[in-house]
Amino acid sequence: MRNSFVKALYEIAKNDKNVFLVSGDMGYSVFETFQHDFPTKFINVGVAEANMTGIAAGLALSGKIAFTYSIVPFVTMRCFEQVRDDVCYQNANVKLVGSGGGLVYGSLGPTHHSIEDISIMRSLPNMVVICPGDPIETDLATKAAYKHPGPVYIRLGRGGDPIVHKIKPDFVIGKSILVIDGDDLVIISTGNTLDLAKIVCLNLNKKGISVGLISMHTVKPIDKDAIIKFAEKVKAIFTIEEHSVIGGLGTAVAEILAEYEKQVVFRRIGLPDSFCKYIGSHKYLREKSGLGLQDVESYIIKTFTDIK
Amino acid sequence: MEEHLKEHAKNIRKKIIEMVTKAKSSHAGTALSIVEILTVLYFKILKIDPKSPHDPNRDRFILSKGHGCTGLYAVLAERGFFPPTLLSEFYLDGGKLFGHSTLGTAPGIEASTGSLGHGLSLGLGMAIAAKIDKSDHRIFVLMSDGECDEGSVWEAIMAAGHYKMGNVIAIVDYNKIQSFGFVKDVMDLEPFSDKWRSFGWAVKEVDGHNTEELLDALSNVPFEKNKPSVVIAHTIKGRGISFMENQLDWHYKSPDSVQYNQALKELDQK
Repeated sequence: MRNSFVKALYEIAKNDKNVFLVSGDMGYSVFETFQHDFPTKFINVGVAEANMTGIAAGLALSGKIAFTYSIVPFVTMRCFEQVRDDVCYQNANVKLVGSGGGLVYGSLGPTHHSIEDISIMRSLPNMVVICPGDPIETDLATKAAYKHPGPVYIRLGRGGDPIVHKIKPDFVIGKSILVIDGDDLVIISTGNTLDLAKIVCLNLNKKGISVGLISMHTVKPIDKDAIIKFAEKVKAIFTIEEHSVIGGLGTAVAEILAEYEKQVVFRRIGLPDSFCKYIGSHKYLREKSGLGLQDVESYIIKTFTDIK
Repeated sequence: MEEHLKEHAKNIRKKIIEMVTKAKSSHAGTALSIVEILTVLYFKILKIDPKSPHDPNRDRFILSKGHGCTGLYAVLAERGFFPPTLLSEFYLDGGKLFGHSTLGTAPGIEASTGSLGHGLSLGLGMAIAAKIDKSDHRIFVLMSDGECDEGSVWEAIMAAGHYKMGNVIAIVDYNKIQSFGFVKDVMDLEPFSDKWRSFGWAVKEVDGHNTEELLDALSNVPFEKNKPSVVIAHTIKGRGISFMENQLDWHYKSPDSVQYNQALKELDQK
């Protein structure tokens, strides 16, 4: 996703002199071409995220569009008050781009994991929260964020994320993408669990359960219409995300369903409310945290069987 | 002091006292300590036109110490950015002016401040934009001394020095009193000038209530080519009202009717 982001931003910057990439000393092996070709548009502020965010807001107040970039915790939480006051309060045209959403940074540990960022960013007035599901969505999200006049947070996965979309989908901020239609169940995914959710979906369809898949790339504003549409027709709705079950996609969908007149079975699949205790690769940590393929598949089948 | 500046400063102080009394709000002392700085900036230094507050080539002024907003509101009214009647909309139920300066609430306000340690980074972003646009406007950022406890301030100081931002001018209202005590006791800033210098800034120290000194310093920025400039302005918290001067209390209290009358009387006698 990182490469898709910078490739999209390169195209944007080529055609718009007002676009800036402001980095907190991040981007090794990713931003070199951008830096070389647009030396005045690439600002490395050093390891100083509060200043990075303030500078970006100052650029925006002067009519520029600034993309800030670092690892998720550093671009969102380290400089949270700058994000709140300088960016959101002033409705500044700043886009926060975080790499390594969820457990991507594996053995580097919880300081580099991000299990709370969607929740935190979602609570900010004026903030749009986008978690692209694959490199294609990342490209489209970057371009959509550029066109959106105001704060956007883009939560990326890592390098080498699998491509899920076979054809380029329509991408509109606040409108989800229906990847697979289904009548029995629906899985709503955000961010880098899209690939996992699709495999689960296809496996269950093979087992005779009609399971739909929605890519809810925009967690805020959430696509209420899509949620309600499926609440009307399926027996159960599942959300899946590489984020704490508190405050993220699951919570956002629950907020819609709780206030909807029709009851539907609803389950959140995500990370537990704890710092990761395990050491290991991204894949390993997912499995230890209940986001392994088998665990997710079994949980959905059991829930569906219990309904019947 | 040039007579007209003296008159403006007096008017601004009166407006501050009227606002904080009517609104029963705090931060009178911190607004009174920056009156001469604001007067010199708005009447002598800033390339601004109240009739064109959005001119892209205007100088920018950011009140990073947003709690001194009554000073900013008063000087903007005095300079003609909006009618003085707007000042009666400060702080009260249904009013139009917040207790910290806020973008979009009145013409001439360049940024939303209130939380300390934000303004210099915002100004730095604006300064980078000015350089890119090849505009020669300057960015002035007025900070408090207590604000310089914030780590983010030093991130911005380091970056402005590194980027050699000659179009950035910081002014520190060094009134020596912060929220809960004297600066030297709470978190000593000294050797303050040396700290800025070592981060690549050109420094001048002035009496922040002496308009000639302020004018001389601010008319000659950047102090050194390709270096950001900082004016460390030695000021007195609560300046101009005898019972408010150097008193921590006036970071919090608002005048009662007796104090209000006395304050205005003192200002009229000057």
